[in-house]
Amino acid sequence: MLAALLSVVLLAILISIWHLATLPKETAAGPDDEYAKLMGKRTRKTDGFPTPLQIAEGAYRQLADPFYDRGPNDKGIAIQLGHSLARVGLGFLCAVLFAVPLGFLIGMSPLMYRALDPFIQVLKPISPLAWMPLALYTIKDSAISGVFVIFICSVWPMLINTAYGVAGVRREWLNVARTLEVKPLRKALRVILPAAAPTILTGMRISMGIAWLVIVAAEMLVGGTGIGYFVWNEWNNLNLTHVIFAIMVIGVVGMFLDFLIGRVQRLVTYVE
Amino acid sequence: MSKTYAKAAAPVFENVNFNIQKGEFVCIIGHSGCGKTTILNVLAGLDIASTGHVIMDGREVAGPSLQRGVVFQGHALMPWLSVERNIAFAIESRWPDWSRKKVRDHGQQMIDLVGLTGVEQRKPAELSGGMKQRVGIARAFAIQPKMLLLDEPFGALDALTRGTIQDELVNIVRRTQQTVFMITHDVDEAILLADRILLMSNGPRAVIAEMVINTLPADRTRHNMHHDPQFYRIRNHLVDFLVQRSRRYTTGELARPQQPLELRPGLNPDSETNVIH
Repeated sequence: MLAALLSVVLLAILISIWHLATLPKETAAGPDDEYAKLMGKRTRKTDGFPTPLQIAEGAYRQLADPFYDRGPNDKGIAIQLGHSLARVGLGFLCAVLFAVPLGFLIGMSPLMYRALDPFIQVLKPISPLAWMPLALYTIKDSAISGVFVIFICSVWPMLINTAYGVAGVRREWLNVARTLEVKPLRKALRVILPAAAPTILTGMRISMGIAWLVIVAAEMLVGGTGIGYFVWNEWNNLNLTHVIFAIMVIGVVGMFLDFLIGRVQRLVTYVE
Repeated sequence: MSKTYAKAAAPVFENVNFNIQKGEFVCIIGHSGCGKTTILNVLAGLDIASTGHVIMDGREVAGPSLQRGVVFQGHALMPWLSVERNIAFAIESRWPDWSRKKVRDHGQQMIDLVGLTGVEQRKPAELSGGMKQRVGIARAFAIQPKMLLLDEPFGALDALTRGTIQDELVNIVRRTQQTVFMITHDVDEAILLADRILLMSNGPRAVIAEMVINTLPADRTRHNMHHDPQFYRIRNHLVDFLVQRSRRYTTGELARPQQPLELRPGLNPDSETNVIH
């Protein structure tokens, strides 16, 4: 409660500072003063950085009509977000389908772990955007390339965490399964999966965080649609109000995605 | 049966050879590191002996089986499942074609048996140590194994709780004529529960040196058995073994027997001196 209050106070202070910093300044009468008057221009100058009020105004206009579509360079924020979320969702889902079974295999077999470890260690640190040219060349479709980039960046934390979680399943639980003659598939689904689920979900949470970071950069690169493209497009329009608004939206959506996976994680977490 | 871990090392135990009759309760006592748990794991099929075999009902034990229920030292409950689901998991493994209702009814019967009625929906983390161990026992009983293997099931419990669960175990085992093999550190527990007590010398190269036949009446209870003059004879014999002879078999002061010496200290008034030196 107190923390929430403090947060609000901090926000107010931050906005006040921003407001004061972007206030138009009275400029001293200069040689151009006369000329400006002649041209009907005011002598008050701003440095072009939007004020909080302008942002609020812009945000209101964007949020009032989020679904408009006036051609390729002018779409509503919801449509742009929808494209980004669809790419992230699809890439993430592919990563889950690939990483969780493979992680199981690696976690259950020390041989596979040692055999695949060098590949993972080399592939993991590669920036997902470095794959973009290869993806564009082979897939020949910018939208799917974006999905591929999300896939490749989501796969590693999930793979590593799944393997780690599966390898760390307590020996005694496996022994219980053995003495009960539990069949391999049932053992995987009823013992190993729930035992490793919290660790796997942690991997997914990390993956989702990275995916949401990467999608903005990927969309700036390939263009067309998406929140990343929106930011870049508004930069080209020199519409900083929209850029700042988009930045905030990215933050809020990212927080929401993390919250969502956090919820699922709470469901599967157990106390030993 | 023997077990060697590293290739060149001396075996942890060797020449371990014993029988368990149907319906018999056998306890094994020995100091830490003599390989008791390994023996139990070999009986369960979870571990493999370096030499020798385990035969049950005329067939060699080749791996873990539903014929042998194991109660693990650390109870080994699945923390993400409730008490009821933990037991149901075992029942469903034993009888995959049972209906949900049948599984639930049988599970409830087991829960009632160990006195856990009312806490069925709790997770293991919400149970006391004694309750967790009861769930472990109920789970092992639920599959109606031919033999029950208990690895120091009450080791981590306080004396009071231990007493109550021991009584419950006595009741269940006597009623069901269950065959039991149990590891314990507690001499009184062994005398209360066991028909026969195997005494292991210290490792390495541990052997089952002595085999004490419990000659106390079968209807003994925790409250009356220490009034029987036999009780202290047996108890003294066991304690003496643990503090002295277990070591002397290893150092060679006492000859390692090929077969465990079968002793009835309860019947011998001079039990303190009845061991062949």
